[in-house]
Amino acid sequence: MTGPKRVPAMTPNDAKRPLQLNDQGRLRHFLSLDGLSRELLTEILDTADSFLEVGTRAVKKVPLLRGRTVCNVFFENSTRTRTTFEMAAQRLSADVITLNVSTSSTSKGETLFDTLRNLEAMAADMFVIRHADSGAAHFIAEHVCPDVAVINGGDGRHAHPTQGMLDMLTIRRHKGGFENLSVAIVGDILHSRVARSDMLALRALGCPDIRVIGPKTLLPMGLEQYGVRVFHDLDEGLRDVDVVIMLRLQRERMQGGLLPSQGEFYRLYGLSTARLARARPDAIVMHPGPINRGVEIESAVADGAQSVILNQVTYGIAVRMAVLSMAMSGQTAQRQLNSESEEQI
Amino acid sequence: MRTRILGARLIDPTSGLDRVADLYLADGRIAAVDQAPAAFEADETLDARGLIAAPGLVDLSAALREPGYGRKGSIASETRAAAAGGVTSLCCPPLTRPVLDTPAVAELILDRAREAGHAKVFPIGALTRELAGEQLAELVALRDTGCVAFGNGLASFASNRHLRRALEYAATFDLTVVFHSQDAALAEDGLAHEGPMAGFLGLAGIPETAETVALARDLLLVEQTGVRAHFSQLSSARGARMIAEAQARGLPVSADVALYQLILTDEALADFSSLYHVQPPLRSRADRDGLRDAVRQGTIQAIASHHQPHEADAKLAPFGATEPGISSVELLLPLALSLVQENVLDLPTLLARLTSGPARALRLPVGRLAAGAPADLVLFDPEAATLAGERWLSKGRNCPFIGHVLPGAVRYTLLDGRISYQA
Amino acid sequence: MTLPDPAVLLPRMAAELKRHLQAHRIDTPRFVGIHTGGVWVAQALLAALDSEEPLGVLDVSFYRDDFTQSGLHPQVRPSALPFEVEGQHLVLVDDVLMTGRTVRAALNELFDYGRPASVTLVCLLDLDARELPIRPDVVGQTLSLAPDERVKLLGPAPLALERQVLA
Repeated sequence: MTGPKRVPAMTPNDAKRPLQLNDQGRLRHFLSLDGLSRELLTEILDTADSFLEVGTRAVKKVPLLRGRTVCNVFFENSTRTRTTFEMAAQRLSADVITLNVSTSSTSKGETLFDTLRNLEAMAADMFVIRHADSGAAHFIAEHVCPDVAVINGGDGRHAHPTQGMLDMLTIRRHKGGFENLSVAIVGDILHSRVARSDMLALRALGCPDIRVIGPKTLLPMGLEQYGVRVFHDLDEGLRDVDVVIMLRLQRERMQGGLLPSQGEFYRLYGLSTARLARARPDAIVMHPGPINRGVEIESAVADGAQSVILNQVTYGIAVRMAVLSMAMSGQTAQRQLNSESEEQI
Repeated sequence: MRTRILGARLIDPTSGLDRVADLYLADGRIAAVDQAPAAFEADETLDARGLIAAPGLVDLSAALREPGYGRKGSIASETRAAAAGGVTSLCCPPLTRPVLDTPAVAELILDRAREAGHAKVFPIGALTRELAGEQLAELVALRDTGCVAFGNGLASFASNRHLRRALEYAATFDLTVVFHSQDAALAEDGLAHEGPMAGFLGLAGIPETAETVALARDLLLVEQTGVRAHFSQLSSARGARMIAEAQARGLPVSADVALYQLILTDEALADFSSLYHVQPPLRSRADRDGLRDAVRQGTIQAIASHHQPHEADAKLAPFGATEPGISSVELLLPLALSLVQENVLDLPTLLARLTSGPARALRLPVGRLAAGAPADLVLFDPEAATLAGERWLSKGRNCPFIGHVLPGAVRYTLLDGRISYQA
Repeated sequence: MTLPDPAVLLPRMAAELKRHLQAHRIDTPRFVGIHTGGVWVAQALLAALDSEEPLGVLDVSFYRDDFTQSGLHPQVRPSALPFEVEGQHLVLVDDVLMTGRTVRAALNELFDYGRPASVTLVCLLDLDARELPIRPDVVGQTLSLAPDERVKLLGPAPLALERQVLA
């Protein structure tokens, strides 16, 4: 018998490099805002600002991604997000393929895996993924095609990081920064990937007062980890805020017993002109769209002077251009690092 | 076949035996401890100095996937994996295809298990046909074939009335019912423990009350019907306390926990790894600590693997589209020893929860190391280490512990005096 | 070899540019500096020419041909041209002309704003290392450097040239 050997303690959660960053700490995928530094988020916003200028030119197109292929793979319908991603990729001169894949026909997992493997074989350089399952983009980046840049175009309730960043660009362009802001997010936080991404981004960018407003049935557990204040009363929550982000309310929430009716929701949490008066006079009103007029927001507010809802759409293209080009750049650099280290072996 | 086992530290939780002694096996049984029986001539001698000899582990739940799920596992592959984990007896849950609701399926499983010869298999029969929660299965016929208990898995009953009748019927014949208390409506579409992690990841939550609400009802019905009850796969600290309270007021209920629930928490879900997708879900650190306490105190008398092997495709999808379960029976002993290493349990208590505890819970005639008992043993080196996954026998590689270095290494598993696994 | 002082080169360049513009009958040139050194040089030229003309700024990051090798520059600034490009006579100013690739990128970018009537290229230094058929119309000085040497313009005031050796 040999003497006692030292047995290292078991660690169930190995620390690993964040999936979406390359060895140099630059974006190679864009899956979530979790773990991204303030500097990186600011860089995205700065780059988006530059692309915003491109949109004002005679030729609204730069040759940055010429010869690259971007595949938009949408397992869930979304005309707006899909269109802005297409437009962003086209303005970067990439070739764009868009696929709408129905998840109902075959076994979900296999379709996803096989579809993407096939596209990868066609030499796609980047995937923009929209999927109803939380974590779908992570899964693809980790297990399906780690060498293709994966952009999360919305996964389940988890994250919608490009929407989060376009919201931040909107706030920065209208409010100049985040340091002294009060921002309220109103409505169905529980099911909202937009809310989760907004909360993470606001916190990372240094917003000192983030509020979420909604009934308990529409709030997830553990909101404290986002450093937000929870309000159940709209008037109280909106007091003196600089930014109001309204969320879309899906009709099926009524069937699930989360809410009695659209009418009652509007009465309690709908943003009307009178309600908005609680906020600061120069407060801006945002909404990820598409809006349900009379359900979460009054038309007069949606179309009013304080609404920046249409600006958000414009900013969305610039933010997506920034993210697409940054992730493509980081992924390319990582591939080079990998091939260099292979050569050394 | 006569075997002499030389110089092992013998631990028998039932008798409290814990000392270095020789062990004599004859005709599949333990013939004697210490002194060789008269005229004992060993056909084989195992030099077990430095090893610990304990009763072979008794695993109250290991899915064998046969019949019906050949891509995930077979009786031969999974019992072989179990032997590598130090297991000599295991119960297999009724979720097979067809469901284990007829004596024919039970016979098939028992025949295959005997053919394979890696472990004793004690099937748990379906409480209702097709596990549909309506019509009772032929419980007595199933018992006569060899089913040791009856359960309905996580599948719920059509109504509380149906459940009550099933329990009354089982009580009539002193059959044991295995509960997996989880309220289907509260858990509906849930993927993870309802807590900060699920909230952060946007995974639909399964609240603690999914367990406790069902558990409260089940305990009341157990009390009313007087059925023998075993609560399986507890996941919450509150649930464990409810069991303790029931035991304190004299209700003779037993409970088990999945080993991984004593190690992992929902924090493991941070990267959406489907390897951590289990049902009931991994819960909070406080829940894990509560479960550990309950195991220490004996409220939970059994630790089971709740082994659920899967083919690779079953886990190769976004979290919510994957099948739940961890393949871990072949790491049962070293993984459990990590609890000793981390001072969660002392070794005799741990072994009790892995041998005599589960055997008593379902009245299985195994789990003892004493003269006259079946020679079902595990011999392991407490100082060596196991690199999980270095060799892998289960068909399911869906194990998050693969690649980890675990304390202790199984050297021999003996089944009825015969070596069923040798490292 | 010592590097020249931009303060000495600039008046000469301004005079030469003036002659060039007159010879080509360009009355209202539109100045565009390439971010950042070119902007400084353009500002100095405008001052030397006593001109109040607005200055356009180009950041050519989106037009570079080395995206695959070096990726996107982390500090991209928006380009800003405070005038129409279509039909205008442009004066494109950069600090150091080396391979010509930056100028190529700048020309591509300018054409995405519109079709200029002409582009006059002005550079403070020409390192005589061009890889493309691009030629400055006005140049401060031509220099030859060792292969591992580069020149960097420090600024904006005072402007100074600094020799750098590649690691």
